[in-house]
Amino acid sequence: MPKLYTGAEIVFKCLEDQKVEHIFGYPGGAVLPIYDELKNHSSIKHILVRHEQGAGHAAEGYARSSGKPGVVLVTSGPGATNVVTALTDAYMDSVPMVCISGQVPTHLIGTDAFQECDTTGITRPCTKHNWLVKNINDLPRIMHEAFKVATTGRPGPVLVDIPKDIQFAKAKYTNPKKKKEIKNKNRFNQKDIDNLIELMNKASKPIFYTGGGVVNSGPKASELLKELVAFTGFPITTTLQGLGSYPGDDNQFLGMLGMHGTYEANNAMHDCDLLINIGARFDDRITGKIDEFSPKSKKVHIDIDPSSINKIIKVDLPIVGDVSDVIKSTIKTLKKKNLNLEKSNKQKTSKWWQQIQKWRTKDSLNFINSNKIIKPQHAVRRLYELTKDQDTFITTEVGQHQMWAAQHYKFNKPNRWMTSGGLGTMGYGLPAAVGVQVAHPKKLVVDIAGEASILMTMQEISTAVQYNLPIKIFILNNQYMGMVRQWQELLHEKNYSESYSEALPDFVKLAEAYGCVGLRAESPDELDDKIKEMININRPVIFDCHVDQAENCFPMIPSGKPHNQMLLGPKDQEENKITGKGKALV
Amino acid sequence: MTKSKSAYSTPTKLSKLETHIIVVWVDNEASVLSRVVGLFSGRGYNIESLAVAEVDQKNNLSRITIVTTGTPEVIEQIVLQLKKLVPVHKVGNFKRDDKNVIFKEMALFKIVGNKAKIKKALNACKKFNPVILDQTNKSAVIQITGLRREIDKMSKNLKTHGLLSVSRTGAVAMTRGAEIFN
Repeated sequence: MPKLYTGAEIVFKCLEDQKVEHIFGYPGGAVLPIYDELKNHSSIKHILVRHEQGAGHAAEGYARSSGKPGVVLVTSGPGATNVVTALTDAYMDSVPMVCISGQVPTHLIGTDAFQECDTTGITRPCTKHNWLVKNINDLPRIMHEAFKVATTGRPGPVLVDIPKDIQFAKAKYTNPKKKKEIKNKNRFNQKDIDNLIELMNKASKPIFYTGGGVVNSGPKASELLKELVAFTGFPITTTLQGLGSYPGDDNQFLGMLGMHGTYEANNAMHDCDLLINIGARFDDRITGKIDEFSPKSKKVHIDIDPSSINKIIKVDLPIVGDVSDVIKSTIKTLKKKNLNLEKSNKQKTSKWWQQIQKWRTKDSLNFINSNKIIKPQHAVRRLYELTKDQDTFITTEVGQHQMWAAQHYKFNKPNRWMTSGGLGTMGYGLPAAVGVQVAHPKKLVVDIAGEASILMTMQEISTAVQYNLPIKIFILNNQYMGMVRQWQELLHEKNYSESYSEALPDFVKLAEAYGCVGLRAESPDELDDKIKEMININRPVIFDCHVDQAENCFPMIPSGKPHNQMLLGPKDQEENKITGKGKALV
Repeated sequence: MTKSKSAYSTPTKLSKLETHIIVVWVDNEASVLSRVVGLFSGRGYNIESLAVAEVDQKNNLSRITIVTTGTPEVIEQIVLQLKKLVPVHKVGNFKRDDKNVIFKEMALFKIVGNKAKIKKALNACKKFNPVILDQTNKSAVIQITGLRREIDKMSKNLKTHGLLSVSRTGAVAMTRGAEIFN
């Protein structure tokens, strides 16, 4: 007779077999049997959060910085509904995550029992798949399948809903099955690669446009991408999620593209004759006006998810496959054919590079600095300069500060940049930083935040204090929901409806109340010293950086406009104004 | 030109709408239908009709037949999105005017009236394989099969022949000839 295990034991046996080291969770009535079992499994450390949304985002930060799936454990009803935002966030940004939720006992399902909700019904549209375990014998199989679904193909969140009676019931345990990989029918072949190389050979204005898929494909993909870009000599731009997949300080890198991307990246996208999309999804923040998106180019789309291809933009050459595999094949074929595009194409692309240099001279990330008030861009740049010597992990909330971080902080390695792109979840950064620090206890983890976002999940600083996670919360405090204010300024005649926070906590005192360290910088002269002080404190820090309230985030593609019609920063606007008078003077 | 106040751009070109029949083979498990239907409602695709039943007890497979209308791009997305669902095994996609595919719907008509009226109604249905499932002195239940527009037409025409109640299924589909869809 094989040994029988309770449902709760089976959950942990599965987690152990899946090599899970950390789970983020919050106990409650319907998961108590699982929590009771926790003590018997020393290899798994539980991180107690303060709100289930925090558990979800922490698991996301953990997953994105480590490449391993994040695991969440919550109770039924409110526990499950609180985690929905994080599940949706993970679904939009393709983050592998396994959420285990408790459920009321099977015989009470459907009776509106205490803390009952239709968890699988609610989470169906925001997970890759979910399961309600109604039979204890299915539990081991479902648990292992959950990890498989979350981590294979395009990664994403899954949820396993386990009724309380199933957690007590007993069954045999089965190890994860080693199923043969079913070959994807759509997977690319050599012909696709040959076609790609032919297009690359013909192109005189090519560009690589890469996204989060490169990061999701693992660190190897970034190495291969570097090799490919060097080999071809083509310019490269990345999406918000792709930052770090290619060195941010490299000369072939044009910066981020899209709504707040650089002038050179967006113009290059618009004017190119070959656009090679690697692991990005033509998001509407990237494309601007669809009808006028990159009108003259042949388009190639490399993606692991066939449904991403032709969803928004019709492409000429779809290549379905893992980014690493596709790039590897491409490099191999290039070498075999002995095509050194950098040399043979140099003449062809040299004009293109000249054009790009011209765009670069616009210096579209410029801003007018001040010696009286801290400019938010300046703050991010100083933070970068003072942290670039160590391996730093950056998370953000959502809004202006997020875009400034993306523009002014340079990332050289993948998995160092965690931000909520698809869903745009304010309150993401603090719990994500908690997750990142759990995965990388010795590394510097900074959440570049806004004062409005941070208040949405502020409670998680308490988690950081409890586990001695020395995360740094770097708040660019302008007392506004800055991005909302910017849009109201541009589109709604400066009617700043409800975007100003009239009451805000004293963040330094708040830090002290939570048991961590509070710092404040109010003028540019003290900024560097305060940042250095922050870095040197080996405890959680809340850094309240008072910045210019009126600053807007530029450059910007205004709504409904194509890539080549950007709004540039104040310097450029001023210069343009002056031109009339200036001419008269000459 | 008025300034757009939207953060999203609207496309100006739209392709023509087509009607397709999508056939989905799924594991017959709890909530699989809501996964499929939820995908349609969540992504704004439309469902004109839906037919679903288990077709293979041994392998626990159900076959879902959905009639939908959309631009070619949307139809392509529907197929690709359906293929991503875990319990989905395969997806077939046919144009409604595909000559190689048979489409059928079934309807039950309740006719109330005297014998002559019922006879007239039955006669009118002649082309659509009418079967009388129940008959009394003053009523009959007639089953017919046909295309959607044929049944539409019949249920309109029979109104004058004492048609009181209509119950109908969604379309089911099968390819002609010896081949099966893979």
